[in-house]
Amino acid sequence: MVRLITHNILACHVKGCTSNNFPLQLQGVQIELREAEFNPEFLKTFLPKIEWKALVDTAKEARDTSLPLEQPEMLDDEFLKNLHHVLLEIHIEEGTMICPNCKHNYPISNGIPNMLLAEHEVG
Amino acid sequence: MTTIPTPDLSHLSAQDYEHVYEPAEDTFLLLDALEADLDDLKAMNATLFLEVGSGSGCVSAFAAHILGSSTLYLSTDINARACNCTRRTGAQNKVTLDSIQTSFINGFHPRLKRSVDIICFNPPYVPTISVEASEAQGLRGIEGSWAGGSGGMQVTNVFLDMVHELLSPNGRFYLVAVKENNIPEIQERMKTLYQLDSKVVLSRRAGREYLSIVRFEFATST
Ligand SMILES: C[S@@+](CC[C@H](N)C(=O)[O-])C[C@H]1O[C@@H](n2cnc3c(N)ncnc32)[C@H](O)[C@@H]1O
Ligand SMILES: [Zn+2]
Repeated sequence: MVRLITHNILACHVKGCTSNNFPLQLQGVQIELREAEFNPEFLKTFLPKIEWKALVDTAKEARDTSLPLEQPEMLDDEFLKNLHHVLLEIHIEEGTMICPNCKHNYPISNGIPNMLLAEHEVG
Repeated sequence: MTTIPTPDLSHLSAQDYEHVYEPAEDTFLLLDALEADLDDLKAMNATLFLEVGSGSGCVSAFAAHILGSSTLYLSTDINARACNCTRRTGAQNKVTLDSIQTSFINGFHPRLKRSVDIICFNPPYVPTISVEASEAQGLRGIEGSWAGGSGGMQVTNVFLDMVHELLSPNGRFYLVAVKENNIPEIQERMKTLYQLDSKVVLSRRAGREYLSIVRFEFATST
């Protein structure tokens, strides 16, 4: 499954595509929600590795608007529960991720994102 | 052999193993190395674990089982069926493995640099003629699990030039290698080029193969 935590660390790597190549936009996605164990410690340590704006925008594309536009300073329980849901419980099973810059399509099928490129596209 | 049970792989069939590498002595030696380092690995409080070439998912599932749910488990493989098996092996063992189909770590955002705490790679290490390895990389099937080209190092070498960028300052990288790969040369090179110290932590003969696990970490300035 492509969880949004994984999506948040994937970027286009087509040869020459080095700016505005993140986050990959979701298109035609099929989403499943699956409960995961709530682990606030993990969320707190992972938070600095997250690109916040990318996460908020992508969550919107996955029809979740529970996250604040700015990352809050106070990590209260309600925020952490929303973050938990967005990062770890939204699973993209099918669909496409599109590079905002070069429009390369990265398919997701059976929950697996395919980041492979053809030989001539490799940087 | 490990005392911690190996992951449950009963959901995988002979049909899966026609296309995906079936765990063998090399896989189990890597599990043994991880188990031997268990206390240290736990004390690292790893945030990110990465397995390159996850195949069945046996190693990642084992790591997730012993290290727990405060770590994100990323795995990559060029073989789509392997990615699928990895995902299923996670589910079967009640751990979550985030499997990505790619070569090495291509498509990972550059900000992951210096932030992966534990990396494992059991590469295609069998010496073959060079074309055979290149073709296997293109086919993305079972041949890609073993065909290693010249010295068995054609695929491994590409990753050896990436790993230092990825590893966190206290991170550890576990590599499976065979005698033909010229382990002393690998160790020397990684030290000279990337200040990565290494140690052969386990070795075992399995049939015609003499297998080793090499563990790399950044030289500490003490
Ligand atoms: C020896 S098998 C190891 C499988 C599993 N990790 C184990 O220990 O049983 C090597 C794996 O690496 C994968 N592989 C080969 N070339 C790769 C590449 N360039 N990037 C990612 N994975 C690759 C193969 O598809 C295969 O699954
Ligand atoms: Zn692009």
